[in-house]
Amino acid sequence: MTGVLTSAVAVADIRMSYGDLKAVDGVSFTVAEGEFFGILGPNGAGKTTTLEIVEGLRKPDSGTVSLLGESPWPRNPKLLPRIGVQLQASSFFEKLTAKEQLETFASLYGVGRATAGDMLELVGLTDKADTQESKLSGGQRQRLSIACALVHDPDIVFLDEPTAALDPQARRNLWDVLRDIQQRGKTIIYTTHYLDEAEILCDRVAIMDRGAILAMDTPSALVRGLDAATHIKLQLGTLRVDEARELVGVEEVAEDELSLTISTRQPAPVLSALAERGALDGLQVRTATLEDVFLNLTGREYRA
Amino acid sequence: MTTFKSLSSAMFKGFYRDKMTIFFTFVFPLMFLVIFGLLFRDSGTDKTKIAVIGDGPVIVALEQTGVLEFERFDSLDAAVAKVQDGDLPAVVAARGNTVEVRYARSDQVKSAVVQGIVNGVVDKVNLGVTGRPPTFTVESQSVEDSSLQAIQYLTPGILSWAVSISGVFGSALTLVSWRKKQVLRRIRLAPVSAATVLSSRVLVSIGTAVVQAVVFVAVASLPLFGLKLAGSWWLALPLLVLGTTAFFSIGMLVGAFCKTEEAASGAANFIVMPMAFLSGTFFPLDQAPAWLRTVSKVIPLRHMNDGMLDVLVRGKGIEALVVPSAVLIGFTLVVGFIASRVFRWED
Repeated sequence: MTGVLTSAVAVADIRMSYGDLKAVDGVSFTVAEGEFFGILGPNGAGKTTTLEIVEGLRKPDSGTVSLLGESPWPRNPKLLPRIGVQLQASSFFEKLTAKEQLETFASLYGVGRATAGDMLELVGLTDKADTQESKLSGGQRQRLSIACALVHDPDIVFLDEPTAALDPQARRNLWDVLRDIQQRGKTIIYTTHYLDEAEILCDRVAIMDRGAILAMDTPSALVRGLDAATHIKLQLGTLRVDEARELVGVEEVAEDELSLTISTRQPAPVLSALAERGALDGLQVRTATLEDVFLNLTGREYRA
Repeated sequence: MTTFKSLSSAMFKGFYRDKMTIFFTFVFPLMFLVIFGLLFRDSGTDKTKIAVIGDGPVIVALEQTGVLEFERFDSLDAAVAKVQDGDLPAVVAARGNTVEVRYARSDQVKSAVVQGIVNGVVDKVNLGVTGRPPTFTVESQSVEDSSLQAIQYLTPGILSWAVSISGVFGSALTLVSWRKKQVLRRIRLAPVSAATVLSSRVLVSIGTAVVQAVVFVAVASLPLFGLKLAGSWWLALPLLVLGTTAFFSIGMLVGAFCKTEEAASGAANFIVMPMAFLSGTFFPLDQAPAWLRTVSKVIPLRHMNDGMLDVLVRGKGIEALVVPSAVLIGFTLVVGFIASRVFRWED
């Protein structure tokens, strides 16, 4: 952790209930300047409510939030130019082109029109400058809405499920955009229900379920902390079950109609033993992921 | 100021690029103006058409009155048949020194008019034959009255109605769609005041009202319709501004309660259409029952109508603006205040 002075966001024990439902139940975290921080969890975990409280859109029942040393609630006009928020729905003005949208959002912050072109380039929409927002594809619209959140050059950027409902190619394009934004020195806080994506993008993640943070660390530390076995999957017929059991380091062997799966915490000797026997055809290695972390934490399979 | 300017221009573009908006703001009310304008074009100038048989000094004198139109027949039976069919109100047949009048029993007013004219003409011709000067004389002179040609009445009314449509619908739909699409949320997260956003949207509506006025007056002034503007027409400008703010505040109130655009446009219709009829947009309220005329006094469109009529065609001066302006300002303040109380940033 970096020191208090350089933390961009500090959230302490925030709580928020809707009737009986505890949407956010004692959440605390800090995010350092320049950090890419992910809040993960299934739908209904309380990610969006947490984000809205941090952005200053909602007042928590209890707890405190500090953005760049200031409280976002009540509406704090001094703070607003320093944060950029991309919302879950694509919120645009009617019938304006991509460039006009950016110019209009810039004007809300008293920023000149010049940055609009810059932002279009950043998100790869330069050739769509004169296209009306309603005629853009889902991925393009999502990128435009991120550009709108960045147009006034904020220090902290909040992105709520920016990759939701995108096809795999559009998601990957967006990852590049998000990495570029981090390179510009922005602090990014984003929510997602794609654990694989968070594992790739985030410096640190908080896994949320039922309104509370279950674990918070770098993705690799979380996975390592699991001490989970590596699964090696072989095509059926390359190795017999009893042969597999005799290999050094093998903990468990399972066989179904299609494949034979070896579980091990020492994948290196097992793999070299398999190589010696020429049993590498169609071999698949699956190491633990954040989904296994989620399973371990909640006892439930992860379902986005 | 730049924020205000670019917001206004963004909203202006958004507004004018929407074909539906253009239709309901300009084309739809204009259709009413054209249809009613054509329908009532000749009203009041109709001559009464009667069947005429024969000739002579009485028939010539009748023609000279200028208020009757003749359809000539050769036989009395054919002419009476026309009256029986209800096509003509009366037959006038001159045979020698007798003038015979047959009239339809159903249309007593028209028949009385025809009989009155015929009797008057016959008396005059009789007097002329005697060669004596008349004992009593009548002197008559025409007086300019304030009853209006249809187009003179329709243009201010339909223009005010159109301003109410674009004001109520414009603000209600913008508010609902911005809330639904979370544009309101984006605005709330930007260091811009709600007043700036609101006033730039009102400015677009005021601009629209002025454009409506220009277009409608231009169409009504075509020779086909023949609108004649009074010299004080420019006094309509403050009414357009105040009318827009009053209807805009009604739209804000509607928008505060509706979750979807469909609901908002239904609610706006529910307000605007009855308001148009109760305010005498299409038909004067002179014939309406007293209670209805009383009800209409609390409707802002009624007062905008009255004011527009006074300054656009009746040529009244600035004093004609006092009551309408006071009502419209009062309406804006009261409804606007309620709307701001019930305003919601999100659902």
